[in-house]
Amino acid sequence: MIPEELRYTKEHEWVRKDGDLLVIGVTHFAQDQLGDIVYVELPDVGASLEADGTFGVVESVKTVSDLFVPITGEVVERNERLLEDSDDFKPELINGDPYGDGWMIKIRPAQAADYDGLLTAAAYAEVVEGEE
Amino acid sequence: MTETTVHKTALHDQHLKAGGRMVEFAGWEMPVQYQGLRQEHLAVRSCAGLFDLSHMGEIWVSGPQCFSYVQGLVTNDLDRLAPYRAMYTCICNEAGHVLDDLLVYRFPEEIMLVVNASNREKVAAWMERLLPESGVELEDRSLTTSLVCIQGPRAQELLAPHVDVDLGEVGYYGFTRGTVAGCEAIVSRTGYTGEDGFELYLDWADGATVWQTLLDSSDELVPVGLGARDTLRLESGYALYGHELSEQVTPYDAGLGWVVKTGGDDFVGRDALTRQKEQGLTHTVIGLQTEGRAIPREGFEVFHEGTRVGRITSGTFSPSLERGIGLAIVERHVRAAGTPLEVEIRGRRCPACVVRPPFVRGSVRRG
Repeated sequence: MIPEELRYTKEHEWVRKDGDLLVIGVTHFAQDQLGDIVYVELPDVGASLEADGTFGVVESVKTVSDLFVPITGEVVERNERLLEDSDDFKPELINGDPYGDGWMIKIRPAQAADYDGLLTAAAYAEVVEGEE
Repeated sequence: MTETTVHKTALHDQHLKAGGRMVEFAGWEMPVQYQGLRQEHLAVRSCAGLFDLSHMGEIWVSGPQCFSYVQGLVTNDLDRLAPYRAMYTCICNEAGHVLDDLLVYRFPEEIMLVVNASNREKVAAWMERLLPESGVELEDRSLTTSLVCIQGPRAQELLAPHVDVDLGEVGYYGFTRGTVAGCEAIVSRTGYTGEDGFELYLDWADGATVWQTLLDSSDELVPVGLGARDTLRLESGYALYGHELSEQVTPYDAGLGWVVKTGGDDFVGRDALTRQKEQGLTHTVIGLQTEGRAIPREGFEVFHEGTRVGRITSGTFSPSLERGIGLAIVERHVRAAGTPLEVEIRGRRCPACVVRPPFVRGSVRRG
């Protein structure tokens, strides 16, 4: 459950290139640990995010977890379906399709090369193994 | 001296076989969930679930003075406790602060106290210190007792074929001796979920047999972990030691004045509690629910008309109601049901209102 073509962080986020934008979400391991997700907070479009800061929260029945910024950049889009005031509010998309419909934000990175510093699928697999 | 071993219950292998995700809790390796918290929770509300509670403590008190000794420790009135009945109470220190909340089971000649796993060693040491010269003997049988619990509207129906007693004759908070799946047991109609159900106290080695027999007997009975145990008790408005109760509060502060009987025999903390009552109680524990999906969490501050009045002691997303619910210790003047409050959630004040628990009314029999 660790797609080869994505990059990862130690905090269990994944990152995918989409043209010159980056798409960010949380991994299968993360959603499995959290359980059924019931609430999500995401930054506004236009917000500036600093690497290693937080960009929101994801909340399940039993716990609330911060979402950590993998790469400095500006939010250009967010997955409105994860948010409470959406007509189609479906936070459980994160559980069901964490790498697809469960995506969270798209950012324009301040430095495209930062992407190369993220964990590969193999390196992330070791992180997961260490936590299991 | 504190124990450093992590204990496993007699059902440990079965939990792993059933897909249990194990965590350490109060010095025990326990299943926090199997198929998932929400499914387990809803299964208990609609049908029945099976819990391994073998980590809890069972302390037996015997001898000619055992009743007056136990009365001297607990806030509730044991004169009102008939044989083969259990009673909920607190044990307090001299300042009236809560050391534990527990059940007292009265047998004809002896008493069994069932205490929180997290307080077992503390309560046992406290009881040892307060033992009289003679007339009372203590025996901690926690490590030789398995506790399997079935809870849900169909609990009686699913348990009945396996017991040799008429469960219909066991009233709420009553208990009896009998056998379950051929194993000696104490069967009590008690629980912590707000549903009807039974707690089965067994010899250690019999825990696995009873657990497996019950699970094998019905596809509709599911194993339930500590995660769902917490959401079930919170929906029912039950206190949990370490949250609503601690050595920082008296039973009155936690809204448990009904287990404090200062008018009867003396007990440790009675003077302090009597004084507190005379001076006027200032706090209590209330239920509250938030609007929308904002979830109150332990430690979040509670406000009334802009002024801080308390804090959340337990909070979660209710699987049954699909909204945020919580218990909070607050100033008494805001305790009326319907009072509008605000909970500060990550810097935002979210609207909430006071609810008189239970948030969800289950099948538990009353009286």
